[in-house]
Amino acid sequence: MTLDSLPPLVRAEIVHVDWDALAPEEGKRLRALGIDQGARVAISHRGIFAGRDPIALMIGRMTVALRRVHAKAMTVREI
Amino acid sequence: MSTLRTAALVGNPNSGKSALFNALTGARQKIANYPGVTVERKAGRLVLPSGEVVELIDLPGSYSLDPSSPDEEVTRSVVEGNFAGEAVPDVLVVVIDAANLEQHLVFAQELIGLGRPTVIALNMIDLAERDGLVIDPAALSDALGVPVVPTVAVRKRGLGVLLDQLETAGSQDMSARHQVARLTMPERRLAARNIAKGAIVSESSVHQLHAKLDKVLLHPWLGPVILFGLLFVIFQAVFAWATPFADALDAGISALIDLARAILPEGIIRDLVTEGILTGVGSVVVFLPQIVILFAFILAMEQSGYMARAAFIMDRLMAYVGLSGRSFIPLLSSFACAIPGIMATRSISDPKDRLTTILIAPMMTCSARLPVYAVIIAAFIPATSVGPGIGLQGLVMFALYIAGIVGAMVVALVLRRTATKGAASGFIMEMPRYQWPPLRDLAIGLWQRAWVFLRRAGTIIFMATIVLWLLLSFPKAEIGESQVDASFAGKIADGLHVVMEPIGFNREISLALIPAMAAREVAVSALATTYAVNAEDDDAAAEGLIPQLRAEWTLPTALAFLAWFVFAPQCLSTIAVARRETNGWKWPAFMLAYLFGLAYIFAGLTYWSAVALGL
Repeated sequence: MTLDSLPPLVRAEIVHVDWDALAPEEGKRLRALGIDQGARVAISHRGIFAGRDPIALMIGRMTVALRRVHAKAMTVREI
Repeated sequence: MSTLRTAALVGNPNSGKSALFNALTGARQKIANYPGVTVERKAGRLVLPSGEVVELIDLPGSYSLDPSSPDEEVTRSVVEGNFAGEAVPDVLVVVIDAANLEQHLVFAQELIGLGRPTVIALNMIDLAERDGLVIDPAALSDALGVPVVPTVAVRKRGLGVLLDQLETAGSQDMSARHQVARLTMPERRLAARNIAKGAIVSESSVHQLHAKLDKVLLHPWLGPVILFGLLFVIFQAVFAWATPFADALDAGISALIDLARAILPEGIIRDLVTEGILTGVGSVVVFLPQIVILFAFILAMEQSGYMARAAFIMDRLMAYVGLSGRSFIPLLSSFACAIPGIMATRSISDPKDRLTTILIAPMMTCSARLPVYAVIIAAFIPATSVGPGIGLQGLVMFALYIAGIVGAMVVALVLRRTATKGAASGFIMEMPRYQWPPLRDLAIGLWQRAWVFLRRAGTIIFMATIVLWLLLSFPKAEIGESQVDASFAGKIADGLHVVMEPIGFNREISLALIPAMAAREVAVSALATTYAVNAEDDDAAAEGLIPQLRAEWTLPTALAFLAWFVFAPQCLSTIAVARRETNGWKWPAFMLAYLFGLAYIFAGLTYWSAVALGL
């Protein structure tokens, strides 16, 4: 399952990230925020418009906004 | 003589770094001068317990020393000592958010690995305690090998200890630092997790306040409604709340003019002071209350953490025109002034995105347009009510703001398909925790903005006013000829008027537009000066600008004038800052051309349709 199809408020672990699908700068920024393989995350909010974009992701004690295209590149496993 | 030692504040965004900077330096800050400076540099001075004065610089917030934006690039160059003209800081004060240790320790380790004297400020420890986190600073200090000082910047807690540590930081033992320097990013993150685990004595579940607020403010449909409601309230407030203060300032300036008339002998000096300086500068200074109110809202949104939520809500809409929620913050700042707005685009990592945002930022209605809009609206739009709490004047003002926004969105859409074509941009942004905006930081921020505005009034606008008055007053008119017609300025305006006449601009407007290239609000003072010089006697001049505008202008002309200022890039500082941020004249020239083009077309369309409708 990719992160974009994870239901809200369900905790999951990122098991794989397809970095090649993301722009290098964006990958760098995601990693700097700790969004990487092994991170434990949950979706807290999604936008209203088409595709329910963007996504607010809880990681640790932090909330990070990202787009659905980023979430699509991440494979997650529910925990 | 030894040179001043420097200390630098470094840390993640949202670590409370700026609040700490304000607490340490108070109002003794050097306000960055925008044009001609290559980097926005916030510096202040602090006095150590020994009496030594140290310069403290506040570096842009970063996530790592591997920069992904121009902002982060600056931080890296300075701390690594590669920034031309900036000495490498003698001490690094690494600011970390006590409630977000696991994340902030990643960058902190990288900074410690540089092997420079370092002190950690474990900031916002009160908020961490409120959230049920108990942290052992000594354990953290042992694990990191550098002093750790718990601080609460907004309450000035821990600052004395922090200063003591700065004093002795030069004699720190560096021997254990090398291992940290060699860690890779994943290793640093693992280490951060372990260090955080070791330092946290007890932890209860995450505080519910943020989650609850987010539930409402990020609600799929309630969120946007709240955001747009808030924006509407801001624009109504700017117009309504400022009135009593503006009236008081206006009365003060009139009293000054009367005083000058009474004490100065009749002659050219008296005319220069009353008709030139006081009338011109005064007509701009009265807008200070509106600018302060607008900035108060923007600063409060930023400091409370709501601005990032606004960016989240706006992201999808911005995506339709090829931008991201990240552009929303610079664009909203541009409502106060395009200069800090354009500078705020440095946090946008995608270059095409950033360029597009810079190009459309001048279309956001900045505070310099407020004086222009306010005076024209006050003169030509009746102060009637169109609903409970909604005045017609406020509504027209709102419509002008909307016109700028819609124009900017359309231009962004076109640019992203032509001039700034590129891959769709992403949106990755940390959303800080909510906090009550600290009054002290709000006050310092407001003071800095008000000061910049007043300084402009005292320099650019002051000079423009004097030059214009000279051009208007000489050569002196023959008997029976109007002074404006005879003056140098009149001759220049005659030329420009040929171009501007089709869109309904009279010669006084053409004349006012020339000095208004320096700054938009000069248009008001220029009109005031022109009509004051032209007035038959002092009484007519003293009545002020508004009755004269009513007498001289038609409604279509007034509306066309408003439409012109929605687009016209009449601000030299904005053009200068765009040149600096884009490294060349190509894009500022493009910006000037397209904005003047739009201004002419829309002022024309407004004028012709208003005339056709018989207004």
